[in-house]
Amino acid sequence: MAEGAGWGQKILGRPLLIFSFGAMLVTLYLVFLWVPTERFQGIVQRIFYFHVPPAWVAFLAFFIVFVGSILYLWRGEGRWDDLAYSSAELGVVFTTVTLITGSLWGKPIWGVWWTWDPRLTATAILWLIYIAYLMIRAYVAEESRGARFAAVVGIVGFIDVPIVYLSIRWWRTLHPAPVVLTSEEGLPPAMLLTLIVSLVTFTALFIHLLFQRLSLRQMVAEVERLKEAQKEET
Amino acid sequence: MMSGPGSGEAWAIEALGITKSFSRRPVLRNLHLKVAEGSFLTIFGANGSGKTTLIKLLSTIARPETGSIVIAGMDTRENATQVRRHLGVILHQTLLYDDLTVQENLRFYGRMFDVPRLEERIAFVAHRGGLNSRLLHPVRTLSRGLQQRAAICRALLHDPAILLLDEPETGLDRHASLAFWNTLASLKEEGKTIVMTTHNMEWGLNLGDQVAILAEGRIAYQEDKATLSRATFDGIYHRYTEVSP
Amino acid sequence: MLVFALLVIVIFNFAFDVRGEAVALVAPGVLWVTLTFAGVLGFNRAFVLEKDRGCLEGLMLCPIDRGTIYWGKMAASLTFMLVVEAIVLPLFSIFFNLPLFMPSLLLIAFISTVGFAAVGTLFSAIAVHTRAREIMLPLLFFPVVVPVVIAAVEGTGMVLAVAPWASLVPWLQLVVAFDIIFLAVSWLLFEYVLEE
Repeated sequence: MAEGAGWGQKILGRPLLIFSFGAMLVTLYLVFLWVPTERFQGIVQRIFYFHVPPAWVAFLAFFIVFVGSILYLWRGEGRWDDLAYSSAELGVVFTTVTLITGSLWGKPIWGVWWTWDPRLTATAILWLIYIAYLMIRAYVAEESRGARFAAVVGIVGFIDVPIVYLSIRWWRTLHPAPVVLTSEEGLPPAMLLTLIVSLVTFTALFIHLLFQRLSLRQMVAEVERLKEAQKEET
Repeated sequence: MMSGPGSGEAWAIEALGITKSFSRRPVLRNLHLKVAEGSFLTIFGANGSGKTTLIKLLSTIARPETGSIVIAGMDTRENATQVRRHLGVILHQTLLYDDLTVQENLRFYGRMFDVPRLEERIAFVAHRGGLNSRLLHPVRTLSRGLQQRAAICRALLHDPAILLLDEPETGLDRHASLAFWNTLASLKEEGKTIVMTTHNMEWGLNLGDQVAILAEGRIAYQEDKATLSRATFDGIYHRYTEVSP
Repeated sequence: MLVFALLVIVIFNFAFDVRGEAVALVAPGVLWVTLTFAGVLGFNRAFVLEKDRGCLEGLMLCPIDRGTIYWGKMAASLTFMLVVEAIVLPLFSIFFNLPLFMPSLLLIAFISTVGFAAVGTLFSAIAVHTRAREIMLPLLFFPVVVPVVIAAVEGTGMVLAVAPWASLVPWLQLVVAFDIIFLAVSWLLFEYVLEE
């Protein structure tokens, strides 16, 4: 994403960093000091504000991977691959955060670290698909071919996720369902506000990290190019 | 400098402004190449200069990032499948199924090309390639020289007007090499348009009507052989092939 | 592939000690895990022949679309898997004393196999160009075909439990939708996988 990211980076880079930092402080204040403790689940429920936003961000990230992959195959421009790849890395990171925070919450509430609940299972499969996305490049000798293969995986994976989710949900509803938190709608205003602030914060953080990752990738490419140029001169 | 097609002639191959890179490293940069119908062009170039890439682009296996390639009057982007009917291609590998016999391979490819009266055609190309007695042998049991002949039979099966050859002399012993030379010479006689990349000066200079040098991602030099002395060409050849990495 | 499938069945038999009442519960799972694993093994081989002597390039030189190569390879993989199933299913019903030859079950087997072949052919073309392709293919293949495996296992279980046809329909629809979507997507993407 040669020029585009450079631009975004220049104009938005610093403000985004400052904004993410400030917003994170606000979020922490809201989550730990301001928002009332949930009646039934107690203090553990607060992890919810660090569980839902990463999940949303991960989904956003994989959507960007999907779009970037299509554009890369269609236009053949390396910058779309840079975008997709950077976004996939972050998506995997945020999915991991989602899974970990979910587990931490699940243990005291459900009594287990892990259960084969549809959302959990679908998230785990999502995680596996994008791990494969990241791995495939390492196993292909030629970089642009690896990028094309990854793009194919990025497209197929994203289309597959809703089908996976649907199939697992059917599968579970036909069996005895585990205890699932059902009172997500009807969130009290204070909690809703905290959640929204946290969502905004995480989204800003994601965009900031995406720019960072993109410019890092560009620098790597630039170094490679300079190395080549020097090799040619000598 | 370049011999244009005279009246009534046409370009068999026209490549304009071709760019192709691998892993963001440009291999071909804004390459232009024209080959007149019925002529034999040999392309020299150092290892890694992009000879194979050029052949793959011309044969529609790979696609250029920019530029257009027109073969037999058709754009390869729009009419790739039609273009392929006019192309006979020989790459480093035989493109033949090792476990199938020569005949089975030719039948398979013949059907893919809808070759009319296929059995007769197979008999004809096999006879010509001196492979009659080997038709029923699996490809893996043949020597490199015979495999190369089978590869030529495959490339000629659909009677293409244009032949693209990528370093066909590689791995052939003296005898096989001589036989292959004769085949090429007779194909040239028949009026096929031939583009061949090679490392072999003897071959390139004797068979080609035109010689070209691929360096720094473009055709750095292209000249009619008739107007060329060996000594001058040697000088030019070394200048270009030693510059490139 | 066939021998492998039989071996998996034998091993599962020890692992689960499949007897009596448990058979109907465990058998669908055993059957489909066996077929999925055998499928991966088969897909791993799908492009190896072409890779060897550049035959893939030979095919790319033929006057046909890249998509046609996909259909050809898909049909070949599908046929191959169906042949293996035609042998494994009877043996399976003998080993586990189950009535597997019911039209509804054959239908489930067929559409699920189409789904496997649709995705398997695409990923196999990718995996053949990677190092460690035997690892890469399952990594790509298994997560994506999860819906088909679930549907096939559930559907088979229902047929064995003589559940009403209506309860089976959603699963069949899911697999057919999967087949259509991924046949189309793979066909469209195949060109980019072959490209050099």
